[in-house]
Amino acid sequence: MKFVDEFREPEVITKTAEEIRRLADPKRHYRIMEVCGGHTHAIYRFGLKDLLPSNIELIHGPGCPVCVLPMGRIDDGLEIAQQPDVIFAAFGDMMRVPGTQGSPLEHKARGMDVRIVYSPSDALKLAQSNPEKHVMFFAIGFETTAPSTALTLVRAKADSVHNFSVFCNHVTIIPAIRAILDSPDMRLDAFIGPGHVSTVIGCRPYEWIAVNEKKPVAVSGFEPLDILQSIVMVLRQLRKGEAKIENQYKRVVPWEGNRAALRAMAEVFELRPYFEWRGLGFISQSALRITDSYAEWDAEQRFQVAGVRVTDPKAAQCGEVLKGVLKPHQCKLFAKECTPEHPVGALMVSSEGSCAAYFNYEHRKTAMVSSIASVV
Amino acid sequence: MPQVRFREPQIEMAHGAGGKASRRLVEGLFAPLLFSCSSEPLGDAAHLDFSGTRIAITTDSFVVKPLSFPGGSIGELAVNGTVNDLAVSGAKAEALVVTYVLEAGLPTPVLEAEVRAMGKAARDAGVTIAGGDTKVVEHGKADFMYITTTGIGRPLHAVRVDPRSVRSGDKVLLSGPIGDHGITILLARGELDLEADLRSDTRSVLPLVEAMTKAAGPGVRWMRDPTRGGVATSLNELARDCGLAIVLTEEQLPVRGAVRGACELLGLDPLHIANEGQFLAVVAPEYADAALNALNLCPGGEEARVIGQVCEQPAGAVLVTTLYGGSRIVDMLVGDPLPRIC
Repeated sequence: MKFVDEFREPEVITKTAEEIRRLADPKRHYRIMEVCGGHTHAIYRFGLKDLLPSNIELIHGPGCPVCVLPMGRIDDGLEIAQQPDVIFAAFGDMMRVPGTQGSPLEHKARGMDVRIVYSPSDALKLAQSNPEKHVMFFAIGFETTAPSTALTLVRAKADSVHNFSVFCNHVTIIPAIRAILDSPDMRLDAFIGPGHVSTVIGCRPYEWIAVNEKKPVAVSGFEPLDILQSIVMVLRQLRKGEAKIENQYKRVVPWEGNRAALRAMAEVFELRPYFEWRGLGFISQSALRITDSYAEWDAEQRFQVAGVRVTDPKAAQCGEVLKGVLKPHQCKLFAKECTPEHPVGALMVSSEGSCAAYFNYEHRKTAMVSSIASVV
Repeated sequence: MPQVRFREPQIEMAHGAGGKASRRLVEGLFAPLLFSCSSEPLGDAAHLDFSGTRIAITTDSFVVKPLSFPGGSIGELAVNGTVNDLAVSGAKAEALVVTYVLEAGLPTPVLEAEVRAMGKAARDAGVTIAGGDTKVVEHGKADFMYITTTGIGRPLHAVRVDPRSVRSGDKVLLSGPIGDHGITILLARGELDLEADLRSDTRSVLPLVEAMTKAAGPGVRWMRDPTRGGVATSLNELARDCGLAIVLTEEQLPVRGAVRGACELLGLDPLHIANEGQFLAVVAPEYADAALNALNLCPGGEEARVIGQVCEQPAGAVLVTTLYGGSRIVDMLVGDPLPRIC
């Protein structure tokens, strides 16, 4: 099975879009949140919004682990890397995220040793091949990437690699969803559940959304057909007045999650009592830190960090966009002071950021119908 | 007195990537200070008039890592790149001069291999190498070698390319599959655990340009070779220069399976990936069939396609209509493509 082609098959997509039109009650306005930034990008990239009836509104959720990091955490990580002989290693996604003194790439241009790695184990290998340097891996991500960081730390300890540490910014998805539902600004009907986080945590952690909040959830894959099928699933539930958790992404997500991954995380991490999220404020038990048994590999314990709280520029509305209260183009800075080249906040540069998705794919579409009709 | 409009405090890698930042640097700093008529659209080569004799001239530099990769090496790129810049400006390259900036410590066999590659590429492209210059810099200052080539050529008969002549309804042609070169280089760096059966597409596009302009010359409005920044960047520059919209049809874009797969895995868009052996052409609708046929009949042009057309709106933008009738904007590259993670 060629997963990409079959889940992008135009005929099936068209039929599914028709099914959505059939299921959507014309007297209702549906507000469905896709939690994960990867879904936001897929929706824009494949032009899926154009296939939905106008009474289905997709709200972008806070599922972008780079976007929700307050600027102060970027500053802290970069400050550690200012020290001589420290290499700052991070995923490509982090490279253009602005700190108060510039992004990692800008620091690299000023002489800091900044390297892009594609996995935390690459960062560990970097440490092993550069024994005279210290490699600090700036770890980000929800539960999706936390297990590989955990396994890398286990390996670092087992192999006694002492010139390696992790600056841990892993966050957990459930408290973010809870904060959205608790927020008085939001009225949502259903969720398109995050696909890759769920491969680790499974579908059980979402059950309270159905049971307590009475909202349907469909855990979705990232291909166009996945997302449209998930919309069909939640619409069917809403039509019948049901609320349950459904797994659309069965080919990848196991209901019980990945026990080995969860065990690795439990070995290395514990929950911080609280953590600050951009836009959502301080949320308790929402982020991971490294346990004392791995203290030697915890950059926060090995190095002094100022830990200064940096508020976003006043005019920036990153928080409201993250919560889904505002659409990206409704932020006053959108496409003016804040663009992918001069970002004010991470949402404009992260590949999971909704502002980036909107800017890159959507915002200059005007007079579309006549242009397309004449080509097609 | 032209004003310098470039306000950034320092030069970043992005300024060399061929996208928006590069454009800002050229238009904001170089053009006002160096060009006598800095309001003209910037093309791939300059066509100059010396008392009735027209000569085309261009220059390009080559910074490639690794030096050698499946399908070619820096020596060939250095020849084909300049020949192609002249070709898409509507000129036949006649002679090149070459500058080598070499890093101390460069093993002679490596240099010799590149010089041989350059010689062969020049013979294949039918250009004379008329001379050159060499400099050597300290170890660590030149990534083995940097090459610059400057080429002169004769304008092709009855071909005038100018973005201002582009009209709504014109067709956009592409000579062949995109993304081969950039992905080959990315994989050849060996930093990713990825393999593919891919080669750089580096070649001279002059034979194809000649065939097309012979069949459809009066209708050819604009051409470009989509190198750094890819098709998206070239077409965005056109859209800006002509004030119209370019609408591409997704299923018409020629992309090899291996390139598509690598892009999927890495979160890259083939439209942003560099090519070294392809060109874009905008052709008046009444000449489009003749242009396409001429390309398809020419060796190496079998996969040429019409990939879209020029429209009125949204002005200044490039759009791709997706397989399902939806659409998305394709913007210019910002900096270097950075693979996604999550």
